[in-house]
Amino acid sequence: MSKEHDKGMSVIVKTITRLTVGLIMLYGIYILSHGHVSPGGGFAGGVIIALSFVHLMLAYGKEAALKKFPKSATSFFESTGAIMFLSIALLGFTGGYFFLNFISKGEPFKLFSAGIIPLCNIAISLKVGAGLFAIFIALVLLRFESENKE
Amino acid sequence: MIELYILLTIMIIGAIIAIEVKDLLSSVVAVGAVGLVLSIVFLILKAPDVAITQLVVEILCLIILIQATLKKDLPFSTSGRWFFNTVITVSFMALLLIVAVKCFNDLPAFGYPIMRVAGEYLKEGLTATGATNIVSAVILDYRAYDTLGEATILFTAVIGVLAIVRRVGRKPKGKNIKDEDSF
Repeated sequence: MSKEHDKGMSVIVKTITRLTVGLIMLYGIYILSHGHVSPGGGFAGGVIIALSFVHLMLAYGKEAALKKFPKSATSFFESTGAIMFLSIALLGFTGGYFFLNFISKGEPFKLFSAGIIPLCNIAISLKVGAGLFAIFIALVLLRFESENKE
Repeated sequence: MIELYILLTIMIIGAIIAIEVKDLLSSVVAVGAVGLVLSIVFLILKAPDVAITQLVVEILCLIILIQATLKKDLPFSTSGRWFFNTVITVSFMALLLIVAVKCFNDLPAFGYPIMRVAGEYLKEGLTATGATNIVSAVILDYRAYDTLGEATILFTAVIGVLAIVRRVGRKPKGKNIKDEDSF
């Protein structure tokens, strides 16, 4: 037994997690980047990406997951998402009004189409995913006073 | 346009009454009046779906607020005015019935949509926004203000949860806590 098997769940769970966690994250990125072409979007994609990190934390324990995605990164990404969404909306003022679709629409059914909608999806997914993972970390690290004394 | 300004004035007056009045229940009723006028404003600004949502949320909030204030203070003085109260109740019910009959006459036949706005989204969504997923086209283009509000709500919720749950907020005074094991 090497040292990394000390914490977290059993070897079976860890092996399966190592195989699937990348696929889950890739699926989340697909859902989010094709949000304007097929069903999906920023909210769903962000939640799936956050769930891949939750999966990692459940299987390997909090130290391994926090090494991959530290606490300070969650607040950074959440704030980045909020500012990005708002600045996309404000950039609409270059053409006239708030939330104007100022990039060209492109060809339907193509990945690069629909103007600002994919960019908004990315911003929302950053916000939703980072926010969800931040709440999960906070609940994992939650200790009550009575537990400290033991 | 003039009716919009009248409604906005009513909303501002209602909000001032809600802040200034001493009785809590009257304040809650004034807040409810502001929400009702706000839903009519949404209707005038051609957003009937937002108006319906506003009405439902307003009723829910009003019920919760009344439930919260009901135990605090309730200056009931219904005795001695039963005739006045009955006349007002009956006349309001009659008014409501007349308005309801008039409204139901104008409804479209069964199976036809009341809100024509959805049909416009389906017809012109692709050419106007370029997105083939109509849900994305609605939430990020036609109703992007709603999504901005939702994002703000989520941000506030996350900040609220972290402020309650993290160690720094819950530590006793004059006690230092190591940073490594807390948010």
